[in-house]
Amino acid sequence: MQFHEVQHILSKKVVGIAGCGGLGSNAAVALARVGIGKLILADFDSVESSNLNRQYFFLDQIGTPKVTALRSTIARISPSSAVEAHIALLDPEKIVSLYRSCDLLIEAFDKAEMKEMIIETALLRLPGLPLISGVGMAGWGRNERIRIKQTGKLFIVGDGVSEADEEHPPLAPRVGVVSNMMANTALDILLGTEKE
Amino acid sequence: MNLTLNHVQEDILTEKTVLTINELRALKKFSFKFLVVKVNGVLVLRDQYDTVTVKEGDFVEIIHLISGG
Repeated sequence: MQFHEVQHILSKKVVGIAGCGGLGSNAAVALARVGIGKLILADFDSVESSNLNRQYFFLDQIGTPKVTALRSTIARISPSSAVEAHIALLDPEKIVSLYRSCDLLIEAFDKAEMKEMIIETALLRLPGLPLISGVGMAGWGRNERIRIKQTGKLFIVGDGVSEADEEHPPLAPRVGVVSNMMANTALDILLGTEKE
Repeated sequence: MNLTLNHVQEDILTEKTVLTINELRALKKFSFKFLVVKVNGVLVLRDQYDTVTVKEGDFVEIIHLISGG
């Protein structure tokens, strides 16, 4: 498939991204670069200087809501990608109403309890919606530990064990690997090339 | 009790014929707090961990969720 064919298919696709930190911002930009039709972004936070070690934001965006900053960045890369930006803390009701018409949902929250909440919500209330979740990407190195696990329509990307904390910060290279693997998995699903 | 746990065949050492999800977690020393649990492909919710059980031959997935993103 040539790139223009890839772009043609992706231009009709809508991807939801829940959380626009390290995973969400990088995955969003990767999908915009290949011509996704529409992204529905949600995050309640604003850009801080401590985010710049891994998140796709710039110094002059500090203080701006992450979804607004990301929408401006994407407009500079791929103006044909529509971006819906929601400044919101997601709960099950909002997840269902924002993402029910998406072709695919990317879970990119920071906290484990939020990951559990969105996975439960999606599996129960949005059956049939492919969900890609990022689990385990703190620290550096250990490329070989990063993998993808699938159960039904749920795809989990990461090493599954490296929790982020003070001693194990999430950093651009490894967060970038996982977020781009998530975007790469999204392409497999959206282009219909994923293995059963 | 022979189970397929996270795609691996395991013989869980127990005298019981059924185990709740929380009993299985304890036996396996699975200490992570946030999980996705499926038994034979069906999602098990957190408030069912003491009531839903697994038995010989079941296909069980317990995925740990950890912070970072």
